[in-house]
Amino acid sequence: MTTRTARPPRTAVPPSSPVAAEGFRVVGTPAVHHDFVDKVEGSLRYAADWEMPGMLYAKVVRAQVPSARLVSVDVKMASSVHGVVAVLVADDVPHNQILSEGAGGLGELEMPMPVLADDRIRYVGEPVALVAATSPQAAEEAAELVAVEYEELPAVFDTVAAQQQDAPKVHDKGNVLVTWQVRSGDVDAGMAEADVVVEGTYQSQRVEHAYLEPEAGVAWVDNGVVTLRVATQVIEHGPEIARILGLPASKVRVIATYMGGGFGGKEDMTVEPYLALLAWRTGRPVKLVFERQESIVATTKRHPFTMRYRTGVRRDGTITAQEVDVTGDAGAYPYLSARVLFAAAATACGPYRVPNASIVSRAVLTNQVPTSAFRGFGAMQVTFAYEAQMDLVAKRLGLSATEVRERNFLQKGDVLPTGEPVQTCVEVGRTMREALERLGPRAEEGRPGSPHVRIGRGFACNRQPYGRTVWFRDRASVWLSIEPDGTLLLRSGVTDLGGGQAASLCQIAAEIVGVPLADISVYIGDSALTPPAGGTFATRQLFMSGNAAVKAATDLKALVAPVAADILGVREDMLSFADGRVGPAGVSAPYLTLAELASECNRRGVSTAVMSTWHAPVGTFDPRAGQGHTFPDYTYGTHAAEVAVDTETGEVTVLRYVACHDVGRMINPLRVEGQVQGGVVQGLGYALTEEVPIVDGIPASMLFADYLVPNSHDVPDVEVAIVESGEGKGPLGARGIGEPAIGNVAAAIASAIEDAIGVRPTSTPITPERVLEMIDGVGSAQPAGREGPLERPADR
Amino acid sequence: MTTDRDVTGREGAEAYTLRVNGREVRVAARPSRSLLDVLHDDLGLGEVRYGCGEGVCGTCTVLVDGEAVSACLMFVAQAEGHEITTLSGLASLAGDAAATEVHARGRALHPLQQSFLRNGALQCGFCTPGMILAAHALVERVGQPTREEVAYELVGNLCRCTGYAKIFDAVAEYAGAAADGTRARHVEPVSDHGSVAS
Repeated sequence: MTTRTARPPRTAVPPSSPVAAEGFRVVGTPAVHHDFVDKVEGSLRYAADWEMPGMLYAKVVRAQVPSARLVSVDVKMASSVHGVVAVLVADDVPHNQILSEGAGGLGELEMPMPVLADDRIRYVGEPVALVAATSPQAAEEAAELVAVEYEELPAVFDTVAAQQQDAPKVHDKGNVLVTWQVRSGDVDAGMAEADVVVEGTYQSQRVEHAYLEPEAGVAWVDNGVVTLRVATQVIEHGPEIARILGLPASKVRVIATYMGGGFGGKEDMTVEPYLALLAWRTGRPVKLVFERQESIVATTKRHPFTMRYRTGVRRDGTITAQEVDVTGDAGAYPYLSARVLFAAAATACGPYRVPNASIVSRAVLTNQVPTSAFRGFGAMQVTFAYEAQMDLVAKRLGLSATEVRERNFLQKGDVLPTGEPVQTCVEVGRTMREALERLGPRAEEGRPGSPHVRIGRGFACNRQPYGRTVWFRDRASVWLSIEPDGTLLLRSGVTDLGGGQAASLCQIAAEIVGVPLADISVYIGDSALTPPAGGTFATRQLFMSGNAAVKAATDLKALVAPVAADILGVREDMLSFADGRVGPAGVSAPYLTLAELASECNRRGVSTAVMSTWHAPVGTFDPRAGQGHTFPDYTYGTHAAEVAVDTETGEVTVLRYVACHDVGRMINPLRVEGQVQGGVVQGLGYALTEEVPIVDGIPASMLFADYLVPNSHDVPDVEVAIVESGEGKGPLGARGIGEPAIGNVAAAIASAIEDAIGVRPTSTPITPERVLEMIDGVGSAQPAGREGPLERPADR
Repeated sequence: MTTDRDVTGREGAEAYTLRVNGREVRVAARPSRSLLDVLHDDLGLGEVRYGCGEGVCGTCTVLVDGEAVSACLMFVAQAEGHEITTLSGLASLAGDAAATEVHARGRALHPLQQSFLRNGALQCGFCTPGMILAAHALVERVGQPTREEVAYELVGNLCRCTGYAKIFDAVAEYAGAAADGTRARHVEPVSDHGSVAS
């Protein structure tokens, strides 16, 4: 096992091999690939950078009330605008329903979502009509002239009110979309065994993905196929788009562009159904780019969670039982809410051993913008709560925060509350010690000129899954070939969020087939031409497609090795592939270049291409028993922070930040660090500034200027320390790191603020106003160790 | 409803002569058309990107007479008579041309672009052109900015993917090399630098 780190301070780190660890030549190096070159050059063509002859410009007309009966949509005025080619309403959609994938048929309600509102409006921003015109100006003018008549209906805006018997129903079936439970042991007995029981209620907020690239795409029809070139994480929406159009699935092609960020916000369909409908109806190419303000108001958000925790511990800090109750605000339509709340239940106890657990989570519908996938996917929000509970336990027992955690950290072989064993090593303790050590000496308080500034330090640990829940029987394929000149070509349906998903596959395949990274090219994300990879979400692509790349590279070598062995007159098992050559190891040994081998294979009729599929572990979950198999594996980590709190203004300044995760093995250290640093900065926004406020169903602002994404002046340099346990289920022992890095941040910052002012923040974002309220003893302060019965979950 | 706009949306267009990346171009646009739309849609400069239309995010940053400006907030009519530089024109800026390297695919990268590449100062790349141009303007103005000065200067260029540390590193490395006349020279797309993570 090794630990590697980045700046600062670089010099403090024991140098590891300058090339790569453990005999690798490509894997483990900070090599940059085609994507980075295109991006620094500015030549990468994103979804909006696409023009076609005769192209139309689309605009979505959206509802302006949160709950209403849709009386009529009059398109006459809009249609008469010069340049307008089509104005579509619900009746124009062949199958006006987007099926929700739900949670895999484990008990959630099915609630249909129309492509365009037909009889009901359920949130501000819901699509009502589509316009396509020959210029953006004409489309915009026409969109404003679509006359929508509403009959407003009662609405519900919070999850507590929505669960009341007489609450207005967002959908006829009711407002509780799904209730999950995870149960193990005997919680009452466990609580009775406890010397101390601590309780807390925690609240998180609705936040926006705020990728720099707004949702966008171009669609056209040729060869009888509707083709969409869009910014999407999931090209597998193609059949759903076809169903909406009433076409065979084979008649829709989805090409994913390299994205300007996604973070889960491009996991559900965004522009796709609108583009497809307009292109199919008009027969012309159509472009649609959501305006930033439209994206803020109308596209999916992160779920606000209300989290109630009750934790029983012995005097020595050992957890005896934990009760958890989580409610997530799903907004007006299901999207992926059922799965998000499932992930919350499965990870609610964090990286700790909890022998007796009772966990309930539910998704509740309200008349607000729908929530869905967002980096961390339910497992992120609960970190804020379970880490607060651990700090509270430490405080109540007079133990250190590290001691309490060390006593309860999971180990390989331990059984999770879901009843399944932890299958890989758990190095969370090591990440904790590493992060705290690197935080360095404490900053001084009371510097001249800032007598009101208090310094605080804190940390937080987490457990975040990588890979889809195992009941999806997940799989991914890679098509890999040796071209006539000996270079490699990799094709994969993977989509690239910007995290280097495509380049990482190249690094893995290049390593195994033994070619320089410059000698491999990659085509990704085209449902017509690349094999299915299953979408880029759930921190699954390095895990899934990375393993598929290993398999393809291994299969490819096995395919061509007999030919090489025959020509060179050696046994197959003596061959090694390196530097674009194959032959027996040894300086003077004979060899073939891959070009020579490819030529010989061609002459003999032996294929130099393989398509290999990798299957993830599978399992089942019993929702009634609350027991079963959930995620393939987890990534663990710890973040440590030092903050300065100005007790006069309430302002929190993050002075130092260290993030440490066990990633199993780094495929590319530069990209791992980038993921972690970016995750932390995004997490700091969640912790301190970001919120999409909605007042009585109406967005309080649609301006990007009011949505406070951390800028360069808001955040400290994030120091990254990486543990490589060598033990993950990804390729070459890697674990996923896309989502895990955002999980710890809010909890670490809250812990540091508590250290500074003596009060624990229990709500995010921890704005200056909230800090001042805490200092003044009002608002969301956490009374330590409040006793009392936890409200029992409703019948299910 | 009648409209006096023709179907291309160019009714009322006037002719403007702009200087973009060292070349004179003539465009027909309504005076209120944004510089962003002219550069991206009319001139095909894909590196000037719409991100918010409010001048908040910085993805449409261009240099106007060497100063970083949000092209979404500028009308085309205001751009006449000024020297406009986008990322693809950075390599050809006077004074920098000699230091420009041709990278492996035969195209030119400015040393600041090379520094971003070496430092891995990007992920999705959407903010990168604006980020590089804003940083370039700063270095031209002050020479060797402190980390604090870089952080202050780049507040108008948001990065949502990779944080800012590597971007600061890239700017510092470029500014340092520029100041002592030793432009960094590694331009291989597959870099062997060991300054990070080892």
